[in-house]
Amino acid sequence: MEIPGGVRSAREAGLVACQRCTRVWPAGTEVCDRCGHTIESRDHLALQKVWAWWVVGLACYVPANVLPMLSTRTLVIQQENTIVGGAVELAEHGNWGVAIVILVASVLIPMGKFAVIAALAMSVRHGSSMSRIRRQQLYEVVEYIGRWSMIDVFVVALLSSLVQLGALAAIVPGPASLYFALSVIFTMLSAQSFDSRMIWDPDAVVDKQARAAELRNRAG
Amino acid sequence: MHPTTPIPGEDLADLIACPKCDALYKASEPASMERAVCARCHTVLIAPRKGAGMRLIAVSLTVVILVVAATLFPFLTIRIGGASHSSSVLDAALSFQGGLFFALALAVAALIVFIPVLRALLMLYVLVPIVFDRPPARGAKAAFRMSEDLRPWSMAEIFAIGCAVALVKVADLAQVEFGPAFYMFSVLVVLVIVQDSFLCRYSVWKSLEA
Ligand SMILES: [Zn+2]
Ligand SMILES: [Zn+2]
Repeated sequence: MEIPGGVRSAREAGLVACQRCTRVWPAGTEVCDRCGHTIESRDHLALQKVWAWWVVGLACYVPANVLPMLSTRTLVIQQENTIVGGAVELAEHGNWGVAIVILVASVLIPMGKFAVIAALAMSVRHGSSMSRIRRQQLYEVVEYIGRWSMIDVFVVALLSSLVQLGALAAIVPGPASLYFALSVIFTMLSAQSFDSRMIWDPDAVVDKQARAAELRNRAG
Repeated sequence: MHPTTPIPGEDLADLIACPKCDALYKASEPASMERAVCARCHTVLIAPRKGAGMRLIAVSLTVVILVVAATLFPFLTIRIGGASHSSSVLDAALSFQGGLFFALALAVAALIVFIPVLRALLMLYVLVPIVFDRPPARGAKAAFRMSEDLRPWSMAEIFAIGCAVALVKVADLAQVEFGPAFYMFSVLVVLVIVQDSFLCRYSVWKSLEA
């Protein structure tokens, strides 16, 4: 399925591609006639959107970790747990497996996501020593895995609806669950705003020269 | 260099561009069970499968039935001493109460019930006419686009795994039993994976174009 003479992008061929249905159109087309999706060769605001969602996502991630995620009341104890606190407690009870699942899903993955999205967004501007295919793979991993962080919010929802045993025991969701859910949603939006085609574009510097030339042509 | 002329003599309808990296290809449909993969970023571009349409219809129908049924039946039952309490999926979503938590309850209900069902219904609306050789339904393009937009927000399968985690967390506190809805959601996890591996977006758009 290859075009002889090596791979070249739709943009280099003077075309604009629909990212929804893969149809190509002459440059400047704004709406895909096949699927109705809005098309743009490269969304120049994409990086700003990525960073905007990234910042709100991170801002919500802080209270998500500091505030209590759950408060548990039984006949003997009454306690409030943060995400990490809850995992530590599980580990102390010998539930190493679940403690690790929770730490990975709610600490490692979100932190990793923030780092990867930031690195990708910067690599588009400033270049990167990492190969393009590696960066593409990283992006796909982040896109795929991002939704799974929501698991913690679902666990809180399940626990607090299930453990409602009057005086015996009750679990109530804490404010961190709200911030955590928001943080997951904002990070997903941040990752979705990223246009992975930019990873594959010729380096930014070259691109700038081309744009300058284009402007000169238009002026001339 | 950015040449601005399209490839001479090439009909644009015969070309496709990789949605992930923008690489341009001349589309040629691979044999059934084979896949056309982007040469530089390895994204699957075309993957037609014989009978995929029929299978997708079956899967979507099952998803609708499962999610609706799973919403009504209890998910988990907890026993501690003489007391017991059962919880359904809707109970779980509605456990967030008061003020801003209400928004969270709505969001959770949407992610685990409404969006998965809506997506399955949209798929049925789009696929049924195509598979039975009828002209596409009215607004089928918009429906398929919406279904694709909703894909990352359909989280029923994540909820199923969350259930297993919740189980371990309360195991110390009380005795827990799985309700029928738990098994329904477990089947759902498998179905969602099947659904995504059978769906060839290129083929769907191609048939909607006709
Ligand atoms: Zn399109
Ligand atoms: Zn590609």
